[in-house]
Amino acid sequence: MKPAVDTGKHFINGDIACAEGAIAAGCLFFGGYPITPATEVAEHMSERLPHVGGTYIQMEDEIAAMTSILGGAWTGKKTMTATSGPGFSLMMETVGLAIVTETPCVVVNVQRGGPSTGLPTQGAQADMMQAKWGSHGDYEIIALAPSSPQEMFDLTITAFNLSEKYRTPVFIMSDEIVGHMSEKVVIPKKEAIKTISRIQPRGKKNNFHPFKPGPNGVAPMPSIGQGYKVHVTGLTHDEKGYPVMSVDTQAEMMERLLGKIRNNLDDIIMTDQYLLDDADIVIVSYGVSSRTSYTAVDMAREQGIKAGLLRLITVWPFPDRLIKELALRVKGFITVEINMGQISREVERCAGYKAPSYLAGHPGGAVVPPEQVISIMKEAF
Amino acid sequence: MKRTRLIFSGSGGQGVITAAIILAEAAVIHEGKNATQSQSYGAAARGGSTRSDVIISDEDIMFPEVNQANTLVCLTQESYNTYKELVRPGGIVITDSRFVTTTKKVDAKQIELPMYQTVMDKIGKPIVFNVCMLGAVLGVTEILKPPSVMDVLKSRVPEDFIEMNRKALDLGMDLGALRAV
Repeated sequence: MKPAVDTGKHFINGDIACAEGAIAAGCLFFGGYPITPATEVAEHMSERLPHVGGTYIQMEDEIAAMTSILGGAWTGKKTMTATSGPGFSLMMETVGLAIVTETPCVVVNVQRGGPSTGLPTQGAQADMMQAKWGSHGDYEIIALAPSSPQEMFDLTITAFNLSEKYRTPVFIMSDEIVGHMSEKVVIPKKEAIKTISRIQPRGKKNNFHPFKPGPNGVAPMPSIGQGYKVHVTGLTHDEKGYPVMSVDTQAEMMERLLGKIRNNLDDIIMTDQYLLDDADIVIVSYGVSSRTSYTAVDMAREQGIKAGLLRLITVWPFPDRLIKELALRVKGFITVEINMGQISREVERCAGYKAPSYLAGHPGGAVVPPEQVISIMKEAF
Repeated sequence: MKRTRLIFSGSGGQGVITAAIILAEAAVIHEGKNATQSQSYGAAARGGSTRSDVIISDEDIMFPEVNQANTLVCLTQESYNTYKELVRPGGIVITDSRFVTTTKKVDAKQIELPMYQTVMDKIGKPIVFNVCMLGAVLGVTEILKPPSVMDVLKSRVPEDFIEMNRKALDLGMDLGALRAV
């Protein structure tokens, strides 16, 4: 029987690497509902979790899968679900519930072509805005974009850590290409994996306030059954957790929810910068499209064009400041993504009138070829 | 070897993707190389065209798709018709002579092998057609050492079926070795 951390060199696909990352991070509950191309995440969790003391439940649909991981999280466990396309849409209302109840959990979206049932077996990156704004109301979210099976492992652990640290749902915005791609994945020794667990309350059980922020803006989170009295609701609530329908309480709650993300951007935002220091033209990309982009930067450099890459490992919250700073010194931006303009609009917003911004997009079903990026680069600059 | 790009194509259920995974895994786990295996397939469990790309390299692999294959394998006429342009000039196209009729318009060394027929005559089980094909690729191209592939098969195949797979791999290698490049 394999241990929770399956140390060694493996050749596995991104979905399986994601499941292994979750287990290595300490995930003990998975609420699943299979859907191509995310099914292998659920399948692998169903095989692995019972052997490491965890529980896999196949729920009746994605709404229930998402809801079950909130319940699991309130029992003190680290929890996850994985889905794609239509399933992500069904989960959206409960994502809002996770945000407002400050429930840590990880949601994996192995993106496929849409809208609707779209292209089940082919990749896209067209749910990026849905990840930011798909649930109603105003909120901040954390979303990470892995570009390889190795990163599916590594970033799933990071996703759990951020989720536990900030008491918030975290999205892993993968895609069919990375999910179904097999590559070398090195799983380190257990001792070398840094995991973070939520801060639990200490002290008196009476008069406990489960939504009163600690020093980092995040409230310690009790587990159901520990004896702390908690009230968990989707309604606007005060620090005790009770519904209070007032403008002041709404303002306080929103400040808490937004603040814990907005005041910790340096801790949450991760990027990789490739040949960016002397770059005139900045390619912005994430996930599988960043693999196109590394190749495009190399091709451009071979032709004497000073291109560089800003790869977003964290897509949400968006690195506004970094793009704004770059816009002051570069000729312009090209965003590479498998949609017809989502993150490119964010780049455009941050670049403002300081630098032009272009899209090297794709309607879905395949990766953007590097030649397309080069051709736009030559046309635009 | 700096970088080898292969495309395996055929019809769903022929084991094309599995063969690609086995080859790439052998390269990574047993020969210390980097390999990326990606795939495209339709929504049907059987039938429909299937393609899997494998890049094997000593260096990092970024762009995962193959459009100038060193070696292209086609196990159906449809996949041959669809992908024959994706072989690089002077590359190798391996087809199964039962399922594919090749045209002369391809600028590559085209190798037609009776892989399916040999498997049916000598083993009688079509399930190892893909492993025979993998043997043929090894025989023709010598990109990896056969024991590396056999080690992967041993780790993936139930014990009772290992001998059948070994035989299929050997049959393929013999067919391929006659046409080695």
